[in-house]
Amino acid sequence: MNEIIAIVQEYGQAYLWSDGYRLSGLAMTLWLLLLSIVIGFVMSVPLAVARVSSNRLISGPVWLYTYVFRGTPLYIQLLIIYSGIYSLEAVRAQPLLDAFFREGFNCTLLAFALNTCAYTTEVFAGMIRETPHGEIEAARAYGMSRFTLYRRIILPSALRRALPSYSNEVILMLHSTSIAFTATVPDLLKVARDVNSATYASFEAFGLAAVLYASVVFALVWLFRRCERRWLAFLQPRAH
Amino acid sequence: MYQLTVEELHKQYGTHEVLKGVSLKARAGDVISIIGSSGSGKSTFLRCINFLEQPSKGRIFVGNEEVRTVADHHGALRAADARQLQRLRTRLAMVFQHFNLWGHMTVLENVIEAPVNVLGLDRVEALVRARKYLAKVGLAATVEDKYPSHLSGGQQQRVAIARALAMEPDVMLFDEPTSALDPELVGEVLRVMQALAEEGRTMVVVTHEMGFAREVSNHVIFLHQGRIEEQGDPKQVLVAPRSERLAQFLSGSLK
Repeated sequence: MNEIIAIVQEYGQAYLWSDGYRLSGLAMTLWLLLLSIVIGFVMSVPLAVARVSSNRLISGPVWLYTYVFRGTPLYIQLLIIYSGIYSLEAVRAQPLLDAFFREGFNCTLLAFALNTCAYTTEVFAGMIRETPHGEIEAARAYGMSRFTLYRRIILPSALRRALPSYSNEVILMLHSTSIAFTATVPDLLKVARDVNSATYASFEAFGLAAVLYASVVFALVWLFRRCERRWLAFLQPRAH
Repeated sequence: MYQLTVEELHKQYGTHEVLKGVSLKARAGDVISIIGSSGSGKSTFLRCINFLEQPSKGRIFVGNEEVRTVADHHGALRAADARQLQRLRTRLAMVFQHFNLWGHMTVLENVIEAPVNVLGLDRVEALVRARKYLAKVGLAATVEDKYPSHLSGGQQQRVAIARALAMEPDVMLFDEPTSALDPELVGEVLRVMQALAEEGRTMVVVTHEMGFAREVSNHVIFLHQGRIEEQGDPKQVLVAPRSERLAQFLSGSLK
């Protein structure tokens, strides 16, 4: 008990938001999560539409992308982007690329966003395919253009139905952020590891991180449940 | 002046010809019932009118305007100008067998959706319209904010009719509107349709309800194997059919 109080007193701030001169711990983890989820979401919507296209030239490249990023471990993707790409002469010779890939944070964010985007794309594409055919037919019969059909009917319906799977993806992504330390990003687990090496109080150091992760998941589950209650009401059984 | 004219419509699935030259003319206020056994091509015919299915031959006019078509590489006709088809479709509102309401939208949102996002109507105006037509089909204001899946089949179909009315179309197309309903819910939908007919709306109705065809429509078309076997005033055609096929069909559907 004393150990834990001592750790919280000395490293509490590093665990939560700052290690003294930069973002660290929980705040860094959430910042990484938020950015990768937002970037992944924004990219995955058009990619999902492309993925369900009957034109192979459009759906093929998206299929390849999601296959590659879902087919390899995120850890390896991060290693390739952080260490692999920067080891290439051609990348370091380009000032812009050099500046981007030198930063561990940029590499981590890129890997996370590409990875979560691949999974999200497949979730959304599956839901787009499952849109009831009659609803699409009605939209056409009422004179909707293809664009309006997607904007008003298919996407709003598919994204709502995707909520339960999507919330899972967000939670898995939160846990995945714990490999950010590989690229020297001071996320929650990195702080816990540093505390562990400094104090040898492994149980307390990692336990504290685990509690923080679990509380974030708790908040996420609560948030998604509220979203589902609001946007998935149309799928709920009739309320009498 | 006809609101809807269909000339010599053919439809082919591969080598099988389901429609072998079916024509139809609807004046303002006409209520045309299309009857026939399953497989006679009646639903296909209706769905070809607004190009939900592609006919292989034939011409379709909405008012005086012909739907411009081109043949695709399978030999089926598709609209030459997507914009024109979209515009003409808004004048042919359709009611489906399985309602096909948009599940993620409430009743009210379903009814204002196409007026706002296709016709470009102002939202406030669309809401006034939607409430007017929801009242007309006998739905209480309390169902406005419900989702389709929380309503009975009869209520859903009446919402679908209100959605069609909100387009203020020239012609309403009904594709077996009561076939998916429980028997005790058929009446409420038929009564709404009868009221619309009495208002002078132009309707083309594919139906199995012989009572409706006889009492409400002023013209009936009997399709058999992709052809019009018999047509005319329902009071004559349905009471004293000339063709043996229709006599057989009617004796099989006593109503």
